Amino acid sequence: MTDVDGRKITKRDFKSDQDVRWCPGCGDYSILNSVQAAFADLGKKLHETVIISGIGCSSRFPYYMETYGFHTIHGRAPALATGVKLSNPDLDVWVVTGDGDAMSIGGNHFIHTMRRNVGLKVLMFNNRIYGLTKGQYSPTSPHGKVTKSTPMGSVDHPFSPIALALGAGGTFVARSVDILAPHLQATIKRADGHGGTAVVEVYQNCNIFNDGAYKHFTDKVVRSERMVELRQGEPLLFGKDHTKGIAFDENFQPYLVEGDDLGKAYVWDEAAASPAPAMALATMDESRFPVPIGVFRRQDKANYEQAVNLQVEHAKSTTQQSLEELLYAGEIWEVS
Amino acid sequence: MTNCQECERIAGYSHGLRETLMTGAETKDEGDRAARDRDVQELDQVVIRFAGDSGDGMQLTGDQFTRTTALMGNDIATFPDFPAEIRAPAGTIPGVSAFQLRFSSFDIHTPGDAPDVLVAMNPAALKVHLPLLKKDGILLLNTASFKAINLKKAKYEVDPRTDDTLDGYRVIEVDLTERTKEALANCPLDSRGKDRCKNMYALGILYWLFHRETEPTEKAIAHKFAKKPDVVEANLIAMKAGHAYAETTEIFQTAYKVAPARLPPGTYRNIMGNQALCLGLVAASKRCEVPLFLGSYPITPASDILHQLSGYKHHGVITFQAEDEIAAVCAAIGASYAGQLGITSTSGPGVALKTEAMGLAIMAELPLIVLNVQRAGPSTGMPTKTQQADLLQAMYGRNGESPMVVIACSTPADAFEVGYEAIRIATKHMVPVMVLSDGYIANGSEPWRLPAVDELPPIDVRYAPEGEAGVKFEPYKRDPETLARPWAKPGTPGLVHRIGGLEKQDGTGNISYDPANHQHMVDTRAQKVANVANDLPPLEPVGARTGDVLVLGWGSPRGAITAAVTRMQQQGHRVSAAFLRHLNPLPNDLEALMRGFKRVVLPELNKGQLALMLRSTYLIDVQSYSQVNGQPFRSQDIQDFLEKVLEELRG
Repeated sequence: MTDVDGRKITKRDFKSDQDVRWCPGCGDYSILNSVQAAFADLGKKLHETVIISGIGCSSRFPYYMETYGFHTIHGRAPALATGVKLSNPDLDVWVVTGDGDAMSIGGNHFIHTMRRNVGLKVLMFNNRIYGLTKGQYSPTSPHGKVTKSTPMGSVDHPFSPIALALGAGGTFVARSVDILAPHLQATIKRADGHGGTAVVEVYQNCNIFNDGAYKHFTDKVVRSERMVELRQGEPLLFGKDHTKGIAFDENFQPYLVEGDDLGKAYVWDEAAASPAPAMALATMDESRFPVPIGVFRRQDKANYEQAVNLQVEHAKSTTQQSLEELLYAGEIWEVS
Repeated sequence: MTNCQECERIAGYSHGLRETLMTGAETKDEGDRAARDRDVQELDQVVIRFAGDSGDGMQLTGDQFTRTTALMGNDIATFPDFPAEIRAPAGTIPGVSAFQLRFSSFDIHTPGDAPDVLVAMNPAALKVHLPLLKKDGILLLNTASFKAINLKKAKYEVDPRTDDTLDGYRVIEVDLTERTKEALANCPLDSRGKDRCKNMYALGILYWLFHRETEPTEKAIAHKFAKKPDVVEANLIAMKAGHAYAETTEIFQTAYKVAPARLPPGTYRNIMGNQALCLGLVAASKRCEVPLFLGSYPITPASDILHQLSGYKHHGVITFQAEDEIAAVCAAIGASYAGQLGITSTSGPGVALKTEAMGLAIMAELPLIVLNVQRAGPSTGMPTKTQQADLLQAMYGRNGESPMVVIACSTPADAFEVGYEAIRIATKHMVPVMVLSDGYIANGSEPWRLPAVDELPPIDVRYAPEGEAGVKFEPYKRDPETLARPWAKPGTPGLVHRIGGLEKQDGTGNISYDPANHQHMVDTRAQKVANVANDLPPLEPVGARTGDVLVLGWGSPRGAITAAVTRMQQQGHRVSAAFLRHLNPLPNDLEALMRGFKRVVLPELNKGQLALMLRSTYLIDVQSYSQVNGQPFRSQDIQDFLEKVLEELRG
């Protein structure tokens, strides 16, 4: 029995006995580490935690966690997890998925999970490539990307998972990065505290098929200039010593401010009534603006499994019907 | 006429050969009042077909006649036959909707091959359904719709009432539209609303003609339109006006009675297949005290299952209308994983989409019920027409070696037992189960002798108990008898484990690529399904266990086969019939039964799918009798085929 009695649960308790089989140097290792650390800090119970994944490198995740786990089929983890959560709302259900799994083959389930606001926590590892199938472009690969299936460069336009989640009515939408462990752990904990669907896009480096995809803004040397952290109630500032900021014009187009204009920097409100500021940040041109990380949007909204189970409980309390009454209902007659 | 016993009874009726009773002695209750001055003839059975535009309310009319007739104690079988379009252009042939019902004073198995009475609300309905009507049958026409434009839409070059088209039928022409309008002169409905009541006027005429009580319909209409008192009033006035019209005018020389059927003693209710299937599932869920979870996506002809189960929340049923077929089955698998009874309902195209997820349930060894209410395929096919061509899809339509239990219901009432059986098998053996129904069973109805609740077989579900300290839980440690793995619900302390679609090491459930283990697991999954046959009851053939011809059947042809075989047995032929509820695994005693006959004939609404399976399994030369036209078998056609087989045997 691995549950911990009378002792504070630790990161080690969340490690399963299975050997981790991601490529050495894969960003998934640091994410696994951050999840185990955050879960321990949160004092989660092993037997109340369920991790459900689809198919892809990221989806091997459940095997490495000493919790309940279900490695399902490509793209369908949110659908399966919805069934689990509806059947037992007390379970703490996490979905681990990737950009191919969630954005491509499972796009439909992803958006409908957002729409319904099912109480699932979705960790979407975005490495902008298909890793497990050895290097084809994904729906988040940049235009022009040369891969095994696009030798002359991809002519597809990528979409932003954050914008997609916002458009689908996501009530908690956030982004973090594999290598920024403190930020990632803090974001996981905030997702954990959210009642409805919480989506965390995690920028993850695939060192085999798309190495350095995020290096141009995550590298220590450029990070402060090339990334902006969203902090609730604080202006959107970045740069060494926070000397630059992002403001919006009257058409809600972002522009950069500094010097005397720094005061115009937009004060971030993740709980704003309108999703427009979050959408504007989610669709900013990566080459001209710093890349935002943090919580884009957080809304309190009734969650799906509670609403469904409330109807069932209400029906049970207002209508008592035995099996006999159910079968012997309507117009019945006797034959003797 | 034919030599069939049932048809002879109709022949007696149609040709007026039966003794005609005067009504004086019969006026003992209100139902007989109508026929005071006319002859009343007693019949054993009648087949009626209502046909009109999709918007003419033919399904409602047929349904009302059915309910009334069931309550009056007749045996009854129904066959709704409607287009997929909600409202095809008015007056056209594709827009024709029909409802056939057969009621009798004896035990019947089918809604009848050919109607004795056809109600045709417009020329298109006449065009489509006249070829089915028996010679000398009664044909009730709404003359108001026989205008040039409607005749053209129905592709009649001349008015069929003016040439020889209707020769040999007893044609009753009534201007239903005008008569209804007159009857409703004082009703507040607009003229369109009044026109919609003409089906009730026609129903009133038939109620008089067949001595039906009007009270059940009065109650039903009052209930159905409870919030629209004007509509209730208008419908009931129209029905009574039709009744009075038939009584006072002399359009019919004779009224007819059909005595109650001598059904086995018990309490009955009239039931449609989809309804019975839902009740079977709920009954099993209550019996084993595990809540039902339905994940579903709307599709004809299975949607009624979603509708009905969504109304059973007070029995703890959760229904989830998913974003697509795949989400529906995946949510059901998730529910089963969490400890509920995961069910998904669909038709063939939906099953195609669920294929990969069914493979996951097979691999994860979780209970799952997949309900396939079959329809005419391939692709979108004919959504409202019946077919049983998804058997091979159910058997083999998944990647890898992925055997699945397949069972089928054969009549509307049988669907109750099959729903119950599906849950028994899925929970006892920890396997997914495919249930095959079809459009004909789903929407057809028959009287159902209600089971005694305390006699329903027990279903014993046991979840894995909490784990012990220091003992590693093995998710694939098997029951020695069934080979089922434990049902370990997340949330249970000490049982944390991982499952998934990758091959597992038996016992531990760890990912394994070991060749010997894979062979063992493939064999084990097959053996688990095979083990289901160990507790099946013996086959009970209709007729002797040996003879010249064994007619095997599965699914909805049961009624037509029973009717044909019973008639042939009465003629002294050594013909028996047996019906298979369990298609995978097949019953252990099937082979011996088949070998007791010189020939085995298998009528199926497909190109011979079960025949193919049986031939390859037993190396027995099963003769397929195939029909794939979207319609159920006519028992006469089966009988004709069997007579040919017998002739060959003699020759």
